Amino acid sequence: MNPIRSFADLIPDAVPAAESRQGAERSIAIRGLAAYYGKHKAIEGIDLDIGPGVITAIIGPSGCGKSTLIRCINRMHEVIAGAYATGSVTLDGTDIYTPGSDPVQIRRRIGMVFQKPNPFPTRTVYENVIAGLRLNLPRKSKADYDEVVERSLRSVALWDEVKDKLHDAGTALSGGQQQRLCIARAIAIKPEVLLLDEPCSALDPTATLKIEDLLFSLKIDYTIVIVTHNMQQAARASDRTAFLMADENHVGHLVEAGPTREIFLKPKDSRTEDYISGRLG
Amino acid sequence: MTLKTTAAPGSQKVGDPGDRVFSFILRAASSIVLLILIAFIVLLVIDSRESISRFGLSFLSSSKWNPVETEINKIAFGALPFIFGTVVTSLLALILATPLAIGSAIFVSEYSPPWIGKPVAFIIELLVAIPSVAYGIWGLFVLVPLMRDVVEPFLQSTLGKIPVIGLLFVGPPMGQDLLTGGVVLAIMILPTILSLSREVIAQVPRLQKEGMLALGATRWEVLTKAVLPYARPGIIGASMLGLARAIGETMAVTMVIGNSSTKITPSLLTPGYTISSAIANQFTEADSPIYFSAIVELGLVLLIVASVFNILSRILVMRLVGKGGGSHA
Ligand SMILES: Nc1ncnc2c1ncn2[C@@H]1O[C@H](COP(=O)(O)OP(=O)(O)OP(=O)(O)O)[C@@H](O)[C@H]1O
Ligand SMILES: [Mg+2]
Repeated sequence: MNPIRSFADLIPDAVPAAESRQGAERSIAIRGLAAYYGKHKAIEGIDLDIGPGVITAIIGPSGCGKSTLIRCINRMHEVIAGAYATGSVTLDGTDIYTPGSDPVQIRRRIGMVFQKPNPFPTRTVYENVIAGLRLNLPRKSKADYDEVVERSLRSVALWDEVKDKLHDAGTALSGGQQQRLCIARAIAIKPEVLLLDEPCSALDPTATLKIEDLLFSLKIDYTIVIVTHNMQQAARASDRTAFLMADENHVGHLVEAGPTREIFLKPKDSRTEDYISGRLG
Repeated sequence: MTLKTTAAPGSQKVGDPGDRVFSFILRAASSIVLLILIAFIVLLVIDSRESISRFGLSFLSSSKWNPVETEINKIAFGALPFIFGTVVTSLLALILATPLAIGSAIFVSEYSPPWIGKPVAFIIELLVAIPSVAYGIWGLFVLVPLMRDVVEPFLQSTLGKIPVIGLLFVGPPMGQDLLTGGVVLAIMILPTILSLSREVIAQVPRLQKEGMLALGATRWEVLTKAVLPYARPGIIGASMLGLARAIGETMAVTMVIGNSSTKITPSLLTPGYTISSAIANQFTEADSPIYFSAIVELGLVLLIVASVFNILSRILVMRLVGKGGGSHA
């Protein structure tokens, strides 16, 4: 049996892209992107379109530059000393790298969830959720904050579990709950795009499935990009997949990208097939 | 540490000789430390019992320090001015040094480019090792004239004009006073607080800072809302270590504080005396048994003052950590 066939059952039937939230287009276009750590080039020549209303998975062997790529999308890459990127990343037609554009504003529109849950230990669950709203924004009333906390925690399916622990430390939750708290924190400021870098790698299968369900319900309102090492996850949870790779001759580059169904069932490039079937990476 | 005496199947062999030796050494070492401390306190109490029984609590509350009987004065030992001097100079040092130290620690670890930060941090670490007598000499020849001729007149003509606060700056500027003592101490404890705070700040996980950045925080907000809350217990611990150093410091303060006050006034411009400088200055002059006994009791009092500050700071740190601080340095 072709090992790739086993993914067929996982992949949901093609779903039409969810209706996008009014107003914002929320689509991202990456052109000729290269990213450097000082003199070391980590990725180059990346051209990728990320559409609204779908979940895009980024897969590839360890060290190929997945994290670097995703961090370029909200200008988190450049916070590392000596790191910079060239090329362009546009969100709804405006280049986020144009001189004069403010990374702080960009990160508000493009939220990020990290590999390890990182709630703020000195803050309660409640304060963690509204942490982003408390940043250089006009203060809101207690009722408004309450409303945001409940709505955000409900959309990550955490409300029922923590509604009696809202004033406990954010770090007092389980790992899976902490990660959902971090997603709640990211969506509390209503970004347009949500980037997730291996959000489930520290979680058990049950917690992982919860997060995947959650992403599925969030894709109506957010453009979602998820980096994952887990092929099943990419097959199960994403609509489009981008395969990244680095080899002796090239630093991290895009091998192919397309609908998840095509990438997994009839990849154009043999390296994609090798990677997906576990012969590579 | 307790060792299990019954071996569960598959558990590590109980009573492994190496384990037993190690546990014995650990226990011996910690008991020795404890014994030394107890012996120290017992000795202080024994040697000061004459003074304790004769003056009782008035040793702590009286300001009369008359080691030699004269026509007008009877022998009396009251340590209040010394306690006052120690507490005032140490707190002054803490108040002056802490904001500066924390500010520079933040600058060195978060803001400056590495080619400034690294050498600066290195030089500051060197400052920790300078012997206190060197600070004292520098204080006496550089700081005292500077305070007398420039800083103190300036303070009098500015802060001195404000009601209430002005009381801190009355009297002729002499240079050798509580204020200068506090400033020298501040300079001495600054590198200690700075280098410890720098380490604590450097240990704030990158993920905490990036978590804040990813929410759309500015650099300043990352500092005030992610880095400092996380590092706060450690920074307070660093300041308390600085305070402990200030309380026990002898030489440098002795050289600049004036060593001549039996009056307690609100003014920082009066010459003062600290417990440790009183011990250092008068130890050799203590010719009568009661004088000697009083000097030893000063040592006991210094130990108590230091312990009180230590306990208070522990409570402070514990409360903050209880509220969920990140680092536990
Ligand atoms: N902070 C950094 N400084 C220097 N080089 C880095 C840094 N982070 C990553 N790199 C380099 O950039 C390349 C891509 O790293 P990246 O973390 O993006 O890979 P990845 O695909 O996310 O790997 P993984 O699946 O293991 O998370 C690697 O060669 C790595 O050595
Ligand atoms: Mg990665």
